[in-house]
Amino acid sequence: MNALDQTVNPVEPFLRTDRMPHIWCPGCGIGTTVNSFARALIESKVDLDTLALVSGIGCTGRVAGYVKLDSFHTTHGRAIPFATGLKMANPKLSVVVYSGDGDLAAIGGNHLIHAARRNIDLKVICVNNLIYAMTGGQSAPTTPGHATTSTNPYGTFEPAFNLPHLLDAAGAVYVARWTTFHVRQLARAMSEAFAKRGFSFIEVISPCPTLYQRRNKMGDGLDTMKYYKDKSKVKHGAPTSEVGLTLNGEIVVGKFVDRDRPDYQSMMRAQYVESLGERYIEAPETECVCD
Amino acid sequence: MKADPHGVLTGTHFIDGDHACCEGALAAGARFAAGYPITPSTEVVERFAARVPTVGGTFIQMEDELAASITLQGAVWGGAKAFTVTSGPGFSLMMEHIGYAAMTETPCVFVDVQRGGPSTGLPTLPAQADMMQARWGSHGDYEIIALCPNSPQECFDLTIKAFNLAEEFRVPVMFMMDEVVGHMTEKVVIPPAEQIEVVPRKHTHKSIQDYLPYGTNGDMVPEMAHAGEGYKFHVTGLTHDERGYPNMTPQMQDKLVKRLQNKIRTAADRICIFEQDRLESAEVVVVSYGITSRVAQRAIDLARDRGLRVGKLRLITAWPFPAKKIAELASQVKAFVVPELNLGQMVREVERAVAGLAKTVAVSHAGGGVHSPDEILNTIVEASR
Repeated sequence: MNALDQTVNPVEPFLRTDRMPHIWCPGCGIGTTVNSFARALIESKVDLDTLALVSGIGCTGRVAGYVKLDSFHTTHGRAIPFATGLKMANPKLSVVVYSGDGDLAAIGGNHLIHAARRNIDLKVICVNNLIYAMTGGQSAPTTPGHATTSTNPYGTFEPAFNLPHLLDAAGAVYVARWTTFHVRQLARAMSEAFAKRGFSFIEVISPCPTLYQRRNKMGDGLDTMKYYKDKSKVKHGAPTSEVGLTLNGEIVVGKFVDRDRPDYQSMMRAQYVESLGERYIEAPETECVCD
Repeated sequence: MKADPHGVLTGTHFIDGDHACCEGALAAGARFAAGYPITPSTEVVERFAARVPTVGGTFIQMEDELAASITLQGAVWGGAKAFTVTSGPGFSLMMEHIGYAAMTETPCVFVDVQRGGPSTGLPTLPAQADMMQARWGSHGDYEIIALCPNSPQECFDLTIKAFNLAEEFRVPVMFMMDEVVGHMTEKVVIPPAEQIEVVPRKHTHKSIQDYLPYGTNGDMVPEMAHAGEGYKFHVTGLTHDERGYPNMTPQMQDKLVKRLQNKIRTAADRICIFEQDRLESAEVVVVSYGITSRVAQRAIDLARDRGLRVGKLRLITAWPFPAKKIAELASQVKAFVVPELNLGQMVREVERAVAGLAKTVAVSHAGGGVHSPDEILNTIVEASR
């Protein structure tokens, strides 16, 4: 397929078109990220038969239902441990975790940092719309201070997580942040993550015009694109401690971390070979559990 | 199919129930476990962690039980037979994922080595107080299968059975041990691999075009595909249609949830296993399971020595519950005596099945130890009057 062919939407073959229309609101950024994801798949020529996508719960959690891949819509916060089991049982799979900020960083926050620490070979795409959108716009651990949400009607006062800093500290080998304005850069970052072995984390700042922008008088989806365009600053290699987000403030984007360290399964294999020698039988070299 | 000899430690062993459970899992073909340490169950995964790299499999210690109980399901969809092991507090944390396994029809085994509760309770001491939680702990309507071993030998034999049932029905199976059975050391005979029957995954043979992930052919158990085989299927915990696509209508809910129930309910007679002795002539039937069944055996023997006509019904499958068997007996006997290490759980099921046709008497014990045979004996004597 020619990605430049204008008569066919090049992302269509990656989607379950029989499930359209999708549930996302007008102006929502999640669909835009899926478009970049499909373009990254085209660009990086990933074998779609051995690519699995795992989501948790929430608006971004619905991505699993729209991509034409082996796709798993799991429980709230547990996409990463599910993906871990999938990858362990079949190391040939390329496993993508595609979920939201509430799912990954709040209820699933413990799994997020531990999977990064272990350096499980997962590509994590975190669509960060700064709130819980599916349930009606409640505060998330990513909501910037002073923003109004349905559960902080007088403004939030909790400090927010700076996700790139958290993932950098936890040991991810690749950490980048883009917004839904940066569709090409985002697709490139996804391609780079596919080429990397280990725990990759891409944060995508994305609008929720229905519940975040509206409540905070930030305009509609288009106004948010203008905001992303005007206030984003590309700083590759920026110290992650300095990329925290503020309400209406600058958004530092770029590739912050790109390093190499052995992934979980390589370390496991090396340890067993050292300790067990020939007694070690690599999984899953034994017979299939099927007839 | 026969067991993979790699996993079968054929021979006569002197091991405890936790270790025997691990050997049963390996013999059944389990090549993946995700765990989180918790007394009195940890020995199962400690042994698995030591054994599995030499048989071609993986153990991963997760950050909590929430993770362990879903990591194992990822592994199942990746093609492995998988399980997790826990005790009370961890079992409570796993409930959501038991529901996910039931809804997505992920064949897997949850081992619960029961200890005293509620909450942290008695970490090192026995109870049988998770029996209702095993059946009803996750939200919504669903069915599971639960087995109750009463010896290390059964911890081996019935763990294989648990995996086989999980595969046959694509259902999470609860393996309900207790602290005493888990830590009791006895002779365990592990037969040669060719004598161990294991149920293979119900994997689809359909073409990618023809495959419907949740389509059924009369037996109500859909065929499964694994990730990475080209099927590009979708799995969700939402109410879904035969394609696996979300379909949140009352009609689909009715169809799906009833099938999930009926695939077990209609096979209940075949699934239910129990041990029976002298039920034909019995006036009093002692219904027990797990470690309590061994104390009950002593009480039954003592009562028979006194000339009482006592029958034994030992539940090996707790769920589905053998209600039909109890109902048949109810019209023939005076009373059912139900000792268990809780303040009244399975006794309620007995009572329900008896439907007022005979007396049902609990011999309850809050846990932390086992009954004395005399407590059960006295109740038998009382009930036979």
